[in-house]
Amino acid sequence: MKRLVLRLRAEPDQRLDLSPLVPERLAGRNTREIGTIAIHTTRRAVTIGDMFDLSIGDVETIVIEGGSDRLDRVGEAMSRGTLVVEGDVGNRAGRAMTGGRLMIRGHAGHWTASGNKAGRIEVAGDVGDRLAGPLPGEIRGMSGGLVVVRGKAGERAGDRLRRGILIVEGAAAAYAGSRMLAGTLIVGGDIGPEAGYLLRRGTIVVGAETGVSATFVDCGVQELVANRLMAAFLAADSAVAASLLRRPLRRFAGDMAVLGKGEIFVVT
Amino acid sequence: MMLNDVAIDDTFAEAFGMRATGLILTADTERWAHQAAVTMTGFATSVIGCGCEAGIDRHLPPEETPDGRPGVRVLLFAVSTTELQKHLQIRVGQCVLTSPGSACYGDVGPADGEPLKLGSLLRYFGDGWQISKRFGGRQFWRIPVMDGEFVCEATTGLTKQAVGGGNLIILGRSRHNTLAAAEAAVEAINAVPDVILPFPGGIARSGSKIGSKYKGLAASTNDAFCPTLKGAVKTALDDDTASVLEIVIDGLTSQAVAAAMRAGLAAVVALGPEKGATRVSAGNYGGKLGPHQYRLKDLLPDGLRPY
Repeated sequence: MKRLVLRLRAEPDQRLDLSPLVPERLAGRNTREIGTIAIHTTRRAVTIGDMFDLSIGDVETIVIEGGSDRLDRVGEAMSRGTLVVEGDVGNRAGRAMTGGRLMIRGHAGHWTASGNKAGRIEVAGDVGDRLAGPLPGEIRGMSGGLVVVRGKAGERAGDRLRRGILIVEGAAAAYAGSRMLAGTLIVGGDIGPEAGYLLRRGTIVVGAETGVSATFVDCGVQELVANRLMAAFLAADSAVAASLLRRPLRRFAGDMAVLGKGEIFVVT
Repeated sequence: MMLNDVAIDDTFAEAFGMRATGLILTADTERWAHQAAVTMTGFATSVIGCGCEAGIDRHLPPEETPDGRPGVRVLLFAVSTTELQKHLQIRVGQCVLTSPGSACYGDVGPADGEPLKLGSLLRYFGDGWQISKRFGGRQFWRIPVMDGEFVCEATTGLTKQAVGGGNLIILGRSRHNTLAAAEAAVEAINAVPDVILPFPGGIARSGSKIGSKYKGLAASTNDAFCPTLKGAVKTALDDDTASVLEIVIDGLTSQAVAAAMRAGLAAVVALGPEKGATRVSAGNYGGKLGPHQYRLKDLLPDGLRPY
């Protein structure tokens, strides 16, 4: 079936809120109705029709052609269907998703996948800070689903992660996996200082020889069945993560400054 | 009727509905996966004395197991969900958790009803150090043990479609020949998926009848099939019958039990009376007790004309 395609005409002159562009909010609407949906974030009103050329199709698969780091809240609270962005997006892409698939072929901003509950998010490029993390005032970050970032991640990737799997195939900046409650963060490249800061439970896997902070304690090199098992489940989503999990890894338990039931695996 | 000079009785096997589950046990080597499975399915010949019936369905190559290691699929049967849950927990806890390098995954196929608890009970062995991981819609527990970690799926499926008590009774002119026929049947049935043969090596020599002359005994020796009592009781044996063996089959579905009986019957017929059995029968209770009936004449091997 034909897909719903939105072609960005020009670089927006204000930040846009694209959260209405999800299958469940577009279902049953025609081109004209979709064109009148407001997406402005300043006092100057802007609609979808003002910014995009529409080529109507099945709303279960939405394609946004062209990108900008001013396209905020792409796929926010999406529960089903597929949303593809052929370019960059701004902040909060895929926030609080409860299902469906979000594919971003460019870079994404801060709070990507923030508070994601289910569904699959893939970013071909890099992401900003606080990948999957909570917004100010929220208690938990991501609580389910799978996020794959092919590039690198900014600071505090996986902040307050509760459940689910986060894969960053490139490097992650400082405080990766900070305050994690559970879940899994896999970083294919190097990791910045203070990874796993105040992590209570959960797993961080690092694909580079790196030191960990002083409050993580060395538990020796392990070849665990659980890691092989996870590798088998993740092989189709990330070859980088799967091959990393199949290597012997040094296990550090921590963060002993808090509960200490978590772990960081590091290649040796 | 006769097939390849082997007599097939016009009778049927009578079987009962059971609750069942399946597991995949893996280990670092095929030997240790097999060891875990043998230990877990030991002393599980009959629900009457063992509480459950269990056996190995098949060995799995590394490509077919969740963690990419050699594995064995075992099936466990019991008369009720409560009994099944109880024996599953005891057996996995005592026999699989303890086996070097083992891991345990649920694998019953189409399941119905509430899943059975597996790792979600055994995790307490971890004394607070256990770790839960979810991926692919499944939950696994990592329990630290002295050789690393025991990985165990949180739950396993339960099927209410299982059937226990499919059977073949094999009669021959000598112990040697009857055993050869029974062994051929076991080998053929081992290739059938979703079934197990709970008795030693798949074969039972002490078939039973319901009731006893002694008070409090529910079952006793099947005297009609005992060759040493041929003249003394109302026997079911032929003049030249010297030995009788029984194959009991439990399957996840009625179709699997029928397929197993068909495979076993074909193997016995193919072996013929000179090296194997002279006659094949089946055990039933007159058709009043078990909801599943398998008539031998419906399970004849293809391509052979009875006469």
